[in-house]
Amino acid sequence: MSAKEEKKNTIIENSLKLFSKNGFYNTTIPDIAKSMKMSVGNMYNYFKSKEELAKYAIKYSTNVLAIELKEINNMDISSKEKIYVFTKRYLQSVKKSPEVIEYFLRVYLSNREVFNEGCEGFLCVSEFVTEVMILLDDGAAKKEFRQQEFFPAFAMFMGALGGFAFLSGEKVLEKDVLSYSDAVAENIYRALKYEA
Amino acid sequence: MRLNQKNKPKVLWFQAITCNGNTHSFLSSNDNRMKLFLDSFDLIYHPSLSVDISLKDIIESDVEIDFLLVEGAITSNERFFSISGETTTLLLNQLVSKSKYLIAVGSCASYGGLHAKFEQNEDIKGISDSLDVDNLYSLNHPVINLTGCPVHPEWIFQTLFTLKDYKKMHLDEEGRPKELYYGLAHHGCTRNEYFEWKVESKTFGLKEGCLFYEQGCRGPMTHSNCNKILWNEVNTKTRVGMPCIGCTELDFPRDNMLETKKNIGIPDQVPLGINKRAYLSLTGIAKTFKIDRLHKKLID
Ligand code: SF4
Ligand code: SF4
Repeated sequence: MSAKEEKKNTIIENSLKLFSKNGFYNTTIPDIAKSMKMSVGNMYNYFKSKEELAKYAIKYSTNVLAIELKEINNMDISSKEKIYVFTKRYLQSVKKSPEVIEYFLRVYLSNREVFNEGCEGFLCVSEFVTEVMILLDDGAAKKEFRQQEFFPAFAMFMGALGGFAFLSGEKVLEKDVLSYSDAVAENIYRALKYEA
Repeated sequence: MRLNQKNKPKVLWFQAITCNGNTHSFLSSNDNRMKLFLDSFDLIYHPSLSVDISLKDIIESDVEIDFLLVEGAITSNERFFSISGETTTLLLNQLVSKSKYLIAVGSCASYGGLHAKFEQNEDIKGISDSLDVDNLYSLNHPVINLTGCPVHPEWIFQTLFTLKDYKKMHLDEEGRPKELYYGLAHHGCTRNEYFEWKVESKTFGLKEGCLFYEQGCRGPMTHSNCNKILWNEVNTKTRVGMPCIGCTELDFPRDNMLETKKNIGIPDQVPLGINKRAYLSLTGIAKTFKIDRLHKKLID
């Protein structure tokens, strides 16, 4: 990675925190620059606008998940185990870097107008969606998952995980978020499971 | 028709278990091509044409056959199929022992085709699997499989003329001439642009849309040149709005040929030679573009 790209990533990581804490519109480029101890002018050398930064940030944060899921997809374990492993890693990142998931839930999903151009459909999240497709396709081909349409299956998977990240962010969970991992995974698995 | 047209290579067409489809296809070839064929070869026998000699006479004579064309699957089980009391395995082998080149015309002759799916008789095979050991080695050339259901007449002509002039053809792993089967039915399909942008045809017979995701089109995984050497010089299945059903491949006929097998909405097989992950991510992106032109009728 070039020095410029590394810097870009650090800016993204910082802005993810600010965006998810204060919201997209309440966070300004000067706020981000300040948190980075950079001049506003220098910030513009990396991102031309807040919108551009927002799009990079969504690619960045879903790629973190895509890389995890790709690694799991390539493991020689059952599809059921894959769901368990991914759920655990997902909740770990919810705990460790909540801003990544929160950004997705609180900025990407709720400020669609920002992403209308350049992030249509799956354009900015395609690597992660592809990995979910691979997971589902493989499970169904091996008869571990039942046949169903893609979107309900996709929503089941992402909905359960996203919903849990939301509960964690709202601080309503009674126990440590990770302790729910197997139960969440079991729910996802049951929704997808092959029925003879 | 007359035997012994001097100096012309002799061609014999033998029919085993068949629907006659390859004969129909052959006889509906372009007039000029058929004339050129008849001027260049001596078609000594075809069961659908009036000839002055019987198959039995040929087998008993010392005539040498240059090109033995076989249409249909072969069985050694006379309970199911025989010709004048003889099994097709026996007749085939008797003919092969007099022949220089052996050419399977169609999927049934090549690999058993549809007939091999008949459960009551397990002994239905393609010609390569029906040869006696002696015959396997007596031929001048490995067995040539002209797969297809039916074979395009032009594929037969090109094979015969190439062998006549150059004595050999390069074959792929399935015994098909590379020259004819190197490409895919997808090449030259008029729907390629729809394929690229993932615009699907909703029903059969439309000019618009691709038939890959919804209708089972096997064009991107079927070796044939249908969309380059058109049928009757006019059209092909995919151009007219019927999916390619992969009739030139070893696994033909498959089950549910007009459906695309999917897992949770994702196609089970992707175009030949493409990694599934890469394919899915590309198509995911392609689908996000809405190109108005491709969603309209071609002719208003
Ligand atoms: S209809 Fe079939 S052959 Fe034509 S472009 Fe689509 S997939 Fe390819
Ligand atoms: S388009 Fe496909 S099914 Fe039709 S003849 Fe060609 S290879 Fe066979």
